[in-house]
Amino acid sequence: MPGEESVTIVVFSGELDRALAAFNIATTAASMGMEVTMFFTFWGLGVVKRGTLERGGKSPMQWMMGMMDRGGTGHLKLSKMDMLGAGRRSMKSLMKKYRMPSLEEMLPMAKELGVHFVACTTSMALMGLEEADFIDDVDEFAGAATYLGLASTGSVNLFI
Amino acid sequence: MEADDTLDCVGLYCPMPMVKTSKKIKEMQPGQVLEVLADDRGIRSDMPAWAEKTGNEFLGAEDAGDGEIRVYVRKK
Repeated sequence: MPGEESVTIVVFSGELDRALAAFNIATTAASMGMEVTMFFTFWGLGVVKRGTLERGGKSPMQWMMGMMDRGGTGHLKLSKMDMLGAGRRSMKSLMKKYRMPSLEEMLPMAKELGVHFVACTTSMALMGLEEADFIDDVDEFAGAATYLGLASTGSVNLFI
Repeated sequence: MEADDTLDCVGLYCPMPMVKTSKKIKEMQPGQVLEVLADDRGIRSDMPAWAEKTGNEFLGAEDAGDGEIRVYVRKK
């Protein structure tokens, strides 16, 4: 029955291909009338980061992590065959050729369909990230109990 | 089959045909029939799954030639 089922997706990975898979399932599920929550944690936080390089209150180690893993949809690498960006560029041009939506198109589409974005506060602390480091599309900053509360009543729970 | 509205999804892959179908069906009236034209063969199994989940009625699929498929859904 419509509106009764929910989907939770833990986005742990920060790679372009894995993020695309997560968003593909999220947007499809939302189109099927399911309530969808994407819980961004650890490297997955990079998907919803602004991709800026502000120092903020980061320690030298956190600052270096931020430099090496800048985040933002435009800076994500492929999990395989990235080849210093050559693979990524080829993949993006193939996706364009086959009229597949890019991550930059999928993200607003997910929001339009009502997908709920949660960023994990524990991973944020570890990486020295503040709420201001994230795009405005993030609805909530929360921890594992929030995820489990949603997942325990959900019918589909994925870890990507 | 007579359709009240048509959606062209030729050349589109996941998640686009389902996203577009769900948007289109929201604009339609209960009882109306939507025809979706696609060339991703996944639609033959995706559309019935979508319809069952959203409570709409899948009416069937047929070959439209050139590798294209026509599927019909009635809005509930």
